[in-house]
Amino acid sequence: MTYDIIVLGSGPAGLAAAVAARGRDKRVLVIGARWQDSPLAKAEQVDNYLGLPGRTGLELLEEFYRHASSLGAEFIVGKALSLLAWNGFSITAGSQVYQGKALILAPGVVRQAKYPGEAEFLGRGVSYCATCDGMLYRNKPVTVVGLAPDAPQEANYLHSLGCQVVYVSPHRPQGLDGDIPYRKAGKLAVKGETTVTGLEADGALLPCAGVFILRRAVAPADLLPSLETEEGIIRVDRRMATNIPGVFAAGDCTGGPLQVSKAVGEGHVAALSACEYLDSNP
Amino acid sequence: MIHFNNETFEKALSEGELMMVDFWAEWCGPCQMLGPLIESLAEKYEGKAVIGKVNTDEEGELAMRYAVMNIPTVIFFKNGKEIDRLVGVMPPDAFIQVLEKNL
Repeated sequence: MTYDIIVLGSGPAGLAAAVAARGRDKRVLVIGARWQDSPLAKAEQVDNYLGLPGRTGLELLEEFYRHASSLGAEFIVGKALSLLAWNGFSITAGSQVYQGKALILAPGVVRQAKYPGEAEFLGRGVSYCATCDGMLYRNKPVTVVGLAPDAPQEANYLHSLGCQVVYVSPHRPQGLDGDIPYRKAGKLAVKGETTVTGLEADGALLPCAGVFILRRAVAPADLLPSLETEEGIIRVDRRMATNIPGVFAAGDCTGGPLQVSKAVGEGHVAALSACEYLDSNP
Repeated sequence: MIHFNNETFEKALSEGELMMVDFWAEWCGPCQMLGPLIESLAEKYEGKAVIGKVNTDEEGELAMRYAVMNIPTVIFFKNGKEIDRLVGVMPPDAFIQVLEKNL
């Protein structure tokens, strides 16, 4: 599946980018959460969006989504797990691989402070991908750190494979299999020797061989190690171009103000710049 | 590009040359994505390094012996010993760097 432009993020910036790119007749794929799960959906009233005062965040999102969808943008609900910039861009979401010739990053604010021990034990018991690594933990105790709306489904999947799952999150999850024990905890640390031996959750040690940390999105700089950022904010120029050719960014990920109108404007510019890039690199 | 089983892996290892081995599985999306890059490196380094793949579903014992806990994991060997490993999808340069350093 090859697209002209892949947009990571389904909030206002990503949807505005999709609309602008469809306006130039580019084939567009948006990979992101359900639009209802955007942080904007929680806004009870948005009063500063030009011409449309008084809408709820959810109303705005629904109209933005319908607009992009009616113009022929394609959508995948899920998160980009990994990205390879080689002969264009390849992106894994779920167990599928999607190809694009240009990329627009619009994931919003990805708060991504890593837990103590997380980076140290990556590859030695810490995993971000249940579908990739679940089989390697069959019949073993694992903890799932659920920080995304779809994390319970991934925990259920690990449980169905035969992993002995304990689910840990700051808030009680919805949709978790009743056979999976739940532990409410927010202060976490990965513990181990050569490999993971447990997860410390609010001071109590949960022994396990693997820790699956499932966040809303993978931070852009983790997907693209050469991406230039400053304190987590992606560096862009006036064209919304990043330091990587063919990669553009828009919305909250490029810094404040964290406002819908700013995100929409940037998404529009990013898409036009991506179209220009495609036309000069056919 | 070599698809190793236990026996061919052991044989290659005992020859002591520089090896780069991609531990993967069919149901793993990131592995599918990395596959073509590994293949292109295998062509590029033909005659200089032994580059191959291990299917962790079929060769679970090899995956276990090298404590592969995430896939894809790419392990480098020289003189029969592990010298480096890269976990997850990495840019082409990351693999090239390790190969060039150890040629």
